[in-house]
Amino acid sequence: MAGSNPNAKPMDLTLKIWRQKDKNSAGQLVTYPLKNISPDMSFLEMLDVLNEELLVAGQDPVAFDHDCREGICGMCSLFINGRAHGPERGTTTCQLHMRHFNHGDTITIEPWRAAAFPVHKDLIVDRSAFDRIQQAGGYVSVNTGGVPDANEIAIPKTIADKAFDAATCIGCGACVAACKNASAMLFVSAKVSQLAMLPQGKVEAKTRVENMVAQMDVEGFGACSNTGACAAECPVGISLDNIAMMNREYLGAKASSENV
Amino acid sequence: MILDSKIPEGALAEKWDKHKFNVKLVNPANKRKYDIIVVGTGLAGASAAATLGELGYNVKAFCFQDSPRRAHSIAAQGGINAAKNYQNDGDSIYRLFYDTIKGGDYRAREANVYRLAQVSVDIIDQCVAQGVPFAREYGGLLANRSFGGAQVSRTFYARGQTGQQLLLGAYSALNRQVAYGKVKMYPRTEMLDLVMVDGKARGIVVRNLITGKVESHSAHAVVLATGGYGNVFFLSTNAMGSNATAAWRAHKKGALFANPCFTQIHPTCIPVSGDYQSKLTLMSESLRNDGRVWVPKTVEIAQRLRKGEISVNDIKEEDRDYYLERKYPAFGNLVPRDVASRNAKLVCDEGRGVGSSGLAVYLDFADAINREGQPAIAAKYGNLFEMYAKITDENPYEKPMRIYPAVHYTMGGLWVDYNLMTNIPGLYATGECNFSDHGANRLGASALMQGLADGYFVIPYTIGDYLAQTPYDKVSTEHPAFKEAEQNVMGITQRLLSIKGNRTVDDFHKALGQIMWDYCGMARNAEGLQFAKQEIRKLRDEFWQNVKVTGVNEELNQTLEKAHRVADFLELGELMVDDALHRNESCGGHFREEYQTPENEALRDDENFAYVAAWEFTGTGNQPVLHKEELKFENVKLTQRSYK
Repeated sequence: MAGSNPNAKPMDLTLKIWRQKDKNSAGQLVTYPLKNISPDMSFLEMLDVLNEELLVAGQDPVAFDHDCREGICGMCSLFINGRAHGPERGTTTCQLHMRHFNHGDTITIEPWRAAAFPVHKDLIVDRSAFDRIQQAGGYVSVNTGGVPDANEIAIPKTIADKAFDAATCIGCGACVAACKNASAMLFVSAKVSQLAMLPQGKVEAKTRVENMVAQMDVEGFGACSNTGACAAECPVGISLDNIAMMNREYLGAKASSENV
Repeated sequence: MILDSKIPEGALAEKWDKHKFNVKLVNPANKRKYDIIVVGTGLAGASAAATLGELGYNVKAFCFQDSPRRAHSIAAQGGINAAKNYQNDGDSIYRLFYDTIKGGDYRAREANVYRLAQVSVDIIDQCVAQGVPFAREYGGLLANRSFGGAQVSRTFYARGQTGQQLLLGAYSALNRQVAYGKVKMYPRTEMLDLVMVDGKARGIVVRNLITGKVESHSAHAVVLATGGYGNVFFLSTNAMGSNATAAWRAHKKGALFANPCFTQIHPTCIPVSGDYQSKLTLMSESLRNDGRVWVPKTVEIAQRLRKGEISVNDIKEEDRDYYLERKYPAFGNLVPRDVASRNAKLVCDEGRGVGSSGLAVYLDFADAINREGQPAIAAKYGNLFEMYAKITDENPYEKPMRIYPAVHYTMGGLWVDYNLMTNIPGLYATGECNFSDHGANRLGASALMQGLADGYFVIPYTIGDYLAQTPYDKVSTEHPAFKEAEQNVMGITQRLLSIKGNRTVDDFHKALGQIMWDYCGMARNAEGLQFAKQEIRKLRDEFWQNVKVTGVNEELNQTLEKAHRVADFLELGELMVDDALHRNESCGGHFREEYQTPENEALRDDENFAYVAAWEFTGTGNQPVLHKEELKFENVKLTQRSYK
């Protein structure tokens, strides 16, 4: 209909999808042929089509996480042909369109692979470790009410913009999935740097970085070896600079820590 | 049943302060004796859960997503209004109040809206203190932009992802309380029934979406912050999981549902591209600050364009009709959403629409790019332009965007009084889940304002008033009322699983959405609505005989989750139609074709319809009972809305 490329031809694909009944079962890749896919479909709409076909055939549809389908909620999480969120840079799976694939392609779809992200079912993993890391310190300790007027805190635009860049992390976990060590450094550093840059967050900066890093280790994420795969695969372009900043913050905190 | 809105006495500007003084307080040491359930963790839910936890209550918070951070408030783009008057351009609490009442086409409560405008200023302070990175000027102070329905710049924003930043702020406050043990968080958990004991809300029954286990939770009060019901239409800007089930099941337990036909069709969304379409993507209203809306002046040019004989950039300036600027010179492209949507429909109905389907208009940035340069436009809207390019494979810096209206927000919702309590004692509804502040049309950047106002600054006061009058005694989840609700939930699940029909849940949902869009969408008429009612009933009957839900309850079963939600949409859709049919006037987003001015504007009937229509459930398939809350306008004069 109103698609951008009315001449684009529908394509036939072969999907290899990770199927796993639950956390305690073993999983395997299962092959599904899929025909007549429009290039204007999103990747998830392509999976919707597959699931409708499976349902009609009385089979269990493929479970996958998704919600906003606008690239902002961070719920979608597929490992496509060995890449977190697929082949397009700066794109979540829900914003990936089939025009980036070709007729006859075989597409392998797996869940995020990390010890800290156990599989719930098929392509759905448990990312609650991320919430627990945020609970360890990803906030400014202010109660509702009794705060100063918003314009009493002047923040240089350059700092505000940098803090914003860090704050745009959608918490999808692609950084962990892309990392050979399944490290969560990019995710953790985005929040640490956002708050460390802002005057509101500086008060608790030391305890925050110590506590969040400690929780990250408790959750079983791997160590960072600075390969940068995380930033390369991040759908919203969170910069590797944040990791450098967190390392500085962490060293500074530890050098004068009362927790040592 | 008499609906008591409990609006405090006194002058408009003093009502809230007086009320805050008059409400009963729970002393700090006693707050820990009360348990509160909050369902939903978007702006309204997360802010309420965090603030109630800070106050000392024991809070349990629930969301169906895998993390509270994913609630659909996250997708709000443009901004949040507040009457700060930082721009010195004539804004005030009274002006924000007035704009909101007028924007809502005089179908909202004066007292609620005034309170909303009052607390709007506190919200910005709160968010900044949390570290929300709003846009700033070079001097380091906060920036503002203008939005539809207003002639001042009062919208605070964080590029095109304000909802994300505000939600992450509320999420951080929530996390802090989770760490302190004052909030217990239940993600991937869906409320499927409300539990009432002695006529009061005392808990909920939920399904664990990983294991399928049905569980009960008891409390002294229940807050529903479960969002809107736009997904009745299947295609909307809502998230895939957004649903009305919690609110609808509360409605079936006696909570009145108010103004269900007031739905907002947002004018600037990416047009539908095919049958496989699963959702529609909004392009923020903020784009209308710099984008100019137009279609070809004649049907002939539009036809040649649709056939691909000419391209958009070939169309000469004099052959373009900037119809909003032409018809509404005072507000131009920044008319309110209902007006912009209806006009897009009008020009497309005339045959002047663009795109291969003819169901689109242009939103053109060429003038703004010439004036300010591409980098300046990219700084303001970069992420939106990228999103547009990803979805459509077209570059909006070179060609105008194609946009068309889509279902976006629902002004209707559970009826609440001034305290945000429904007619069920102890059951509250906040944010989009209630009906209270936006009348028949919501202004841009006001949803974030309302969600946070309700959660941070209203319910923490009003819920205390109720709890102070509630004994500390807890109700055991072994109470027969809990067991009965659990049986009800398991009964619905078993029924859905045992049908084993031939038609999928999505297929039913799409069919319902098509009926709603065709007959209860941007324009409605009595004949179409009567037809829709019959069609919905037929579809619902078929659903319960022929739906195909695979798998079992005791597993992660996304088909079953959807089936519960669509079962409720099939009932709610009929109520929306009933409401639209009974309201023999046009107002805001409710446009009845029989009631329009000679210029095709909405024609209200204040004499007969200046009331809130609150519907009582009387059984599926039975005619609901209408209760009216008369709206009293003591401060603003009801006039025909004009944006000319």
